[in-house]
Amino acid sequence: MTDLSAAPGAAGRAKTSSILEADARTRRRNAAEARFKLYGMLAVATGVLALILLLISILSNGLSSFRQTFVTFDVPLSAETLDPSGNRNPDEMSKVSTFGYSPLILNGLKEALSARGISVEEVPDADLANMISRAAAADLRDFVLANPQVVGETLSFEFLANGRIDGFFKGRVTYESAERDSNVTPGQLRVAEAMVAAGLMETRFNWGFITGPDASGQRPESAGLGVAILGSFYMMLVVLVLTLPIGVAASIYLEEFAPKNRFTDLIEVNISNLAAVPSIVFGILGLAVFINFAGLPQSAPIVGGLVLTLMTLPTIIIATRASLKSVPPSIRQAALGVGASKMQSVFHHVLPLAAPGILTGTIIGLAQALGETAPLLLIGMVAFVREYPEGLPQGLFDPASALPVQVYQWTQRSDPAFVERASGAIIVLLVFLVLMNAVAVLLRRRFERRW
Amino acid sequence: MPVLWIVLVVLAIGLAGYVLGRQRALAGVGGDASHLHSLPAYYGYNGLLFAVVPAFLVMLVWLLVQPVYVENRVSALIPDSAISESSTRSLVMSDVRRVAEGLDAAVASGAMSGDFARDLRTDLTDVRARLGEIGVALGSDVSPEVLIAAQSYRATSGTLSMAMTLVVIGLALAGLATAYVRTTPEYRARNTVEAMLLALLMLASTIAILTTVGIVFSLIFETIHFFQKYPWQSFFFSLTWRPSFEGGSDLGLLPLLWGTLYISVIALLVSVPIGLFAAIYLSEYAGPKVRAAAKPMIEILAGIPTIVYGLFALITVGPLLRDYFAEPLGLGTSSSSVMTAGIVMGIMLIPFVSSLSDDIINAVPQAMRDGSLGLGATQSETIRQVIIPAALPGIVGAILLAASRAIGETMIVVLGAGAAAKIDLNPFEAMTTVTVKIVGQLTGDTDFSSPESLVAFALGMTLFVITLGLNVFALYIVRKYREQYE
Amino acid sequence: MNDMRLTERNVTSSEIKISARQVDVFYGETHAIKKVDVAIPDKTVTAFIGPSGCGKSTFLRCLNRMNDTIDGCRVTGDILLDGEDIYDKRVDPVQLRAKVGMVFQKPNPFPKSIYDNVAYGPRIHGLARGKQELDEIVEKSLRRAAIWDEVKDRLQAPGTGLSGGQQQRLCIARAVATSPEVLLMDEPCSALDPIATAQVEELIDELRERFSVVIVTHSMQQAARVSQKTAFFHLGELVEFGDTGQIFTTPKDPRTESYITGRIG
Ligand SMILES: Nc1ncnc2c1ncn2[C@@H]1O[C@H](COP(=O)(O)OP(=O)(O)O)[C@@H](O)[C@H]1O
Ligand SMILES: [Mg+2]
Repeated sequence: MTDLSAAPGAAGRAKTSSILEADARTRRRNAAEARFKLYGMLAVATGVLALILLLISILSNGLSSFRQTFVTFDVPLSAETLDPSGNRNPDEMSKVSTFGYSPLILNGLKEALSARGISVEEVPDADLANMISRAAAADLRDFVLANPQVVGETLSFEFLANGRIDGFFKGRVTYESAERDSNVTPGQLRVAEAMVAAGLMETRFNWGFITGPDASGQRPESAGLGVAILGSFYMMLVVLVLTLPIGVAASIYLEEFAPKNRFTDLIEVNISNLAAVPSIVFGILGLAVFINFAGLPQSAPIVGGLVLTLMTLPTIIIATRASLKSVPPSIRQAALGVGASKMQSVFHHVLPLAAPGILTGTIIGLAQALGETAPLLLIGMVAFVREYPEGLPQGLFDPASALPVQVYQWTQRSDPAFVERASGAIIVLLVFLVLMNAVAVLLRRRFERRW
Repeated sequence: MPVLWIVLVVLAIGLAGYVLGRQRALAGVGGDASHLHSLPAYYGYNGLLFAVVPAFLVMLVWLLVQPVYVENRVSALIPDSAISESSTRSLVMSDVRRVAEGLDAAVASGAMSGDFARDLRTDLTDVRARLGEIGVALGSDVSPEVLIAAQSYRATSGTLSMAMTLVVIGLALAGLATAYVRTTPEYRARNTVEAMLLALLMLASTIAILTTVGIVFSLIFETIHFFQKYPWQSFFFSLTWRPSFEGGSDLGLLPLLWGTLYISVIALLVSVPIGLFAAIYLSEYAGPKVRAAAKPMIEILAGIPTIVYGLFALITVGPLLRDYFAEPLGLGTSSSSVMTAGIVMGIMLIPFVSSLSDDIINAVPQAMRDGSLGLGATQSETIRQVIIPAALPGIVGAILLAASRAIGETMIVVLGAGAAAKIDLNPFEAMTTVTVKIVGQLTGDTDFSSPESLVAFALGMTLFVITLGLNVFALYIVRKYREQYE
Repeated sequence: MNDMRLTERNVTSSEIKISARQVDVFYGETHAIKKVDVAIPDKTVTAFIGPSGCGKSTFLRCLNRMNDTIDGCRVTGDILLDGEDIYDKRVDPVQLRAKVGMVFQKPNPFPKSIYDNVAYGPRIHGLARGKQELDEIVEKSLRRAAIWDEVKDRLQAPGTGLSGGQQQRLCIARAVATSPEVLLMDEPCSALDPIATAQVEELIDELRERFSVVIVTHSMQQAARVSQKTAFFHLGELVEFGDTGQIFTTPKDPRTESYITGRIG
């Protein structure tokens, strides 16, 4: 390689230069080319990396929420405290509040500890009681009131451990952090370790997280997703039942029958713009129209469903029209040719052929609606709801939560255990989304037709 | 009769209409369907639609109009003297509704008899206490005017609901009868059914317009309300946002708009180069294998709900930026910041920008590429000097659409940006946005007569106008661009 | 075929510019070009003729490695430009294409001004030092493409606003501006009306003074009018190659004869 190739001249490039040798300028240009390509690769890598980071962040924070620490020991259900009148009448027994049950649990725990030779000298009673979830007394009371005949016996119960103790086994709480944390002491942690060694305490899979109702800010360990999942399910039913017929009808009209005029233009413009209106604006619409004007109840799945329906319709109409458009005109002509009416050709021939595409679009629209949060905040879905909504159809009007809103609520609470809960809820949400999208992909694969 | 029951009755009548219509048509030709004008099923559908469609339409309109009518009528019953200084007519009306609902609940639970509730008088019964017993809590004692209005409210609603039941079921029966009488073998059942179906299809397609109208009206009305209570000059030009529910709030839009735009700009600075380069790489350079693997990965980012990004900002990106950038550089100690929200929103927008750019780049004809490559241009020269300039209008449209997304995004900023309304240049400071404040002012207990709640509608209106403007403009550009290459 | 002006045609140069030996081209499984040997002389117009789909474009695109941009396209055999193998690993296709320019079937001006269209090649190859030199190159190229007089007053107008024939001549000017040694033209007139076609044909004849021109055409009249050498392709094979006069008057291969007399094609 010599300077020959870079020889200056009016033409800049010597006419007879060999193509086997890259001249300096070509080398520079190729370097620029390589750099440009590298930027592209970096961009793709950034996108992929962001996805991986996001998933790792959610999984590493959230997977532990599916496991929970349980404590198992015998509780003497002393008749004097629980049933002072001694007639086992649940109505009278309900006069004993949860404060009556807490000492029983503490006694049972102390008994179990001393039986296994675990020293509790450095842990005062109050701290010891605190190692069990605050939900324990209420759960025990519910159980006793439902089964009054057990009073007086000593039964083995399984309670949730307090969120901090649970956090210790998940690495969230350490001896060092316990020194600084007013909610947990190193002494409690030592006892907890001894209890695990003695088989009193164990960490295992917790169905309660998926099926149980939400719990207040002091008892993260017993907070569950049951109400939220049911609420989301109700809303998806409403969305499905409304969007599918309305969306398909609107698409059929626009794609197959609509004349080209001002009115249909207006509809088209509206649809494409609605698809890009911020979701929170739909929340304002829902608040103003469905709650303030029509007087529907707050936090009800029916209102959420209606709002999400309006949001999802443009998506579904766009997908359905694309799928109707992909049915070749020859099919329509063939049907019209044998004497079918336009309506018959559409309903008998075009619609069945477009059905897989419509279904795929609908599922994707539903998946979008399932993850939507902002509009639901405005229609009162942030309320704290512990009761499961009724069955259908009245349940549509009962207060409920929704999966993504539950995530938001949990992020607003101060106990760090709720970060784990929120991430766990997102894992559940993502699992639903993955399932829905998988169905959509399978449908598309199975029925995809190339004309 | 509850609405659900009316629906079921009408459907049952419709079903009868189907059976009767079909039978009558067949009976008219002695069971030989070939002598009918249309297939027998069409005579059935004819009966069904005649019975069901008018009844349901009337019911729908009735349900929408009735509350407004009752409200106006009852409101007229309340004399101006009954409205105290500190109150308004709409507040009194909401008391009336609450008392009426309370009485309904009391009757439904058997705590009162229907007659008792109708004849109740404030001087004889402590209404507040009685309703309190069955769990309907009232804010103050019930004045005689309110009780009378509430009773009238109940009576009017009851009468109207009864009337609706009768009218709707009557209409269904009348429709059934009409269809039955008109059904003869020569009757062009198919044409009638198809015309009705077409009308229904058309009706369905107007839902998009209705939604837009609903959005615009719900925003406009409350925004007007807001500006009646709060001067618009302060809203648009004040530099402070300090709501206080005791009154004397500062509700300036500018700090919120600043936060919104600052975050959006950062989001675009992240998403546009990455999205554009990713689209270019995947469509112009990547081999089929890389494309098949990387493209879906990036598309997955688009399918992830924004609450997930919000949580990602809150628990990962925010602390990361704080610990490795903001604190070492002495720029702040907050994990929610403009930067946090902006970067995460940028990640969310990558697939949006890249898939739009991908479409747009692919719309540039291959002949352009060949022309440039044939002159000895490298691929990157071709992309930078021929494809991008050719695709520029489309790419600008895509960026505007992404900007509109960023401005309207809620959950990421709610969880990642913070709640402090301020105008500041430091991107590691927590700031807030229009959407955050809409959520803030409208969640929890809200009183729809205070400017502090109503301001949310004015904010919503601002948001709607900005995003609508961006969308219309962007869609116009993109459409023009596509037409150029069609 | 009475307008064929064959007789006085002389091949002006016998120096070989491009020689192909045993070239095969595959598109995946499709065998598009089969064992083609050809020697293209300098300062000459060589025409590739043959029925549609016989591989003319494919072979033409091999000569400046435009086939590299098509996924699944594979070329074997040797193609030498001035004795150097253009498929050698050391060859940069970018540098090659600067020497072997190309004009396409459909006029494809960039959505830029007329000036920028022509200046595009010189700019990327760094052929001009300064604005003035670039102006000169642009003017010279536009003149050479016989379109200068039509556009000299509106150099900043978009190239896409010209008529079809003008666009194609603009594309030729654009190709000429990089001062290539070989100019490949793939049916440059097929999208043009007869008047524009005549203008472009006239232009091709002038270009021969400086370049080696290879033109693909499915019009035998055109081949006869503009070329000195003709190659007849059929089903991916080079059936016959020789002086245009000889091919059109005394074809050696029966397939050539039947094509020329209109029996295949
Ligand atoms: N990009 C491609 N991929 C696959 N096959 C191709 C491609 N381009 C051309 N072919 C095939 O190669 C053969 C020659 O095509 P081409 O060179 O375009 O013919 P001509 O220009 O003579 O009409 C044809 O059979 C054609 O189908
Ligand atoms: Mg060809």
